[in-house]
Amino acid sequence: MNHIAIKMLMGDKGKYFGIVMGLTFASLIMTQQPAIFLGLMARSYSFISDVGLPDIWVMDAKVQFVDDIKPLQDTELYRVRGISGVEWAMPMYKGLLKARLVDGTFQTCNVIGLDDATLIGGPPVMLDGKLEDLRRSDGIIVDIDGAKDKLGKPASTPGGSPTPLKVGDSLELNDHRAIIVGIAKVTRTFQSQPVIYTTYSRAKSYAPKERKLLSFVLVKTKPGQDPAELTRRIRASTGLAAYTQAEFMSLTYEYFMHNTGIPINFGISVLLGFIVGAAIAGQTFYNFTLENLRQFGVLKAMGTGNWTLLRMILLQAVLVGTLGYGLGVGLTALFGYLMRHSILAFKFPWQLLLFSGAGVSLICVFAAVLSILKVLRLEPAIVFKG
Amino acid sequence: MSSSTFAVHCQNVLKVYDTGGQKVTALNGVDLDIAMGELMMLVGPSGCGKTTLISVIAGILDQDSGSCVVFGEDLLNMSSRNKLNFRARNIGFVFQAFNLLPSLSAAENVSVPLIINGMKRSDAERKAISVLEQVGLGARVTALPSELSGGQQQRVAIARALIHSPRLIVCDEPTSSLDHETGRNVMTLLKDVAMHKDRALVIVTHDARIFDFADRIATMDDGHIVEVKTAGILASPASASKACTPDAVEPYNLAPE
Repeated sequence: MNHIAIKMLMGDKGKYFGIVMGLTFASLIMTQQPAIFLGLMARSYSFISDVGLPDIWVMDAKVQFVDDIKPLQDTELYRVRGISGVEWAMPMYKGLLKARLVDGTFQTCNVIGLDDATLIGGPPVMLDGKLEDLRRSDGIIVDIDGAKDKLGKPASTPGGSPTPLKVGDSLELNDHRAIIVGIAKVTRTFQSQPVIYTTYSRAKSYAPKERKLLSFVLVKTKPGQDPAELTRRIRASTGLAAYTQAEFMSLTYEYFMHNTGIPINFGISVLLGFIVGAAIAGQTFYNFTLENLRQFGVLKAMGTGNWTLLRMILLQAVLVGTLGYGLGVGLTALFGYLMRHSILAFKFPWQLLLFSGAGVSLICVFAAVLSILKVLRLEPAIVFKG
Repeated sequence: MSSSTFAVHCQNVLKVYDTGGQKVTALNGVDLDIAMGELMMLVGPSGCGKTTLISVIAGILDQDSGSCVVFGEDLLNMSSRNKLNFRARNIGFVFQAFNLLPSLSAAENVSVPLIINGMKRSDAERKAISVLEQVGLGARVTALPSELSGGQQQRVAIARALIHSPRLIVCDEPTSSLDHETGRNVMTLLKDVAMHKDRALVIVTHDARIFDFADRIATMDDGHIVEVKTAGILASPASASKACTPDAVEPYNLAPE
């Protein structure tokens, strides 16, 4: 009877298309919106994940997330270095400083100061120049997006795009001359400011004079040492906060989850997609069954059992569900692919496939149950009614 | 004669519908016997209980009381599963509106009863083609119902009703949607290919033009069988003109003129 169920489903092309499109829309919304949400949330900790080498981040105990900088005294670096199990510990500066551009305007930049000797914590990908060039006098590395846009030189024609900065160009950072020695690619963060890398000592000279300028201490554990155990030791010895990289990412993620309206806004979008999809697909599928009720009645009169009819309706639901889900997920993937070079945040892990798959399945089950109840209650004598 | 010698043996069948708190008696103590090899027509005004009676006889509606024994089986006392199997094997249906599945071809429509009875689809469709040839539609086996005329659709429906060799064929107004000539052709076909000494046909109709095909005609009114006569009497022109009136409320005058 399966082929009869499939032919019944596809017999009315318009309705068939309507059901599949309803499910495609639901699947698209339930996949694409969470993908953007996950991409956006991943940006909250992308600065941490870009810094690959250290196992542990040490900071002031009151820090709530990666951009919540509460500076430490430089002496804290030496205290951390003195703790057993620490292979090495390096300073990092992170702060917002104003850059004066060629045309005299100012742009706030996210300045990262790296340990002068090792340059640990540098950008993940260099597009032009080398990380070591930071050791050159007044050297800075600028991220490509900042170089092209906010730090760019005035356009050669009125209304045109800014001319990108390139190696050899210069800026003023807090009245200090800075020469661009490299262009890097960094993962986008929540902050829209350009990112500038320099050495720790040079960053401190750019920053307004303060007693405390050390943002983080980056720690590598000795081989065989458990990072979680070492974080406990650092906390106990220094009174500072110490997190493994994963813990610090999670701390930042949780902060944004609980202190911003992002999850609720995206949650509403996803819920709306689910409700609208369920309404469209459920209603169309139910109407489709209602319109085919006489046909089901004929089959019932001719001796088709309820179980067979139930299987036929389930098959129809599974078929439209699979098609709608596949199309929705495919469109989401296409959307992500087309937007891969844009500013849009997008992350599409396999778990998201399960999430939207479960959503579409729920809609199909809902639609199928409505239809099945109708068909199970159907009196076959309906076939003799005019 | 014992009930087992009849194709259908109904005794004192009562069926009451509850329509929103109002009780409507559709069958009010119907007694009816249909013999093997007989073509019985049920006539009467609209709402007199004809359709309810064939629904009970076909096992798709349960009566409230009384018994209806079909080929020796009391359908009311059968389990749902057995009743389904009984219908699938023993009953063929022909409807006024044909009730073909619109997205299936003629051959696929005809093969449905065999598939319900567990036959492989390819075998069922092969047999369906041969039955369609018997009803003169060998050239239209792949046509969809929408591509066939009313008469052709009814032939497909007849082929579907016959393909699994049921012992009882129940027809509801099989010629009402057809013109006179097509209607008679369909009845000729039904009588030629369906009538068999081990099979019975029950036809509900208002169409007096086909009364002469019946062996007997039972007239119903107000939930009763009023009269059962041989076909020749009711098929006379004067009676026929009354029987043609679908909403006639008076019982037909069955007395010979």
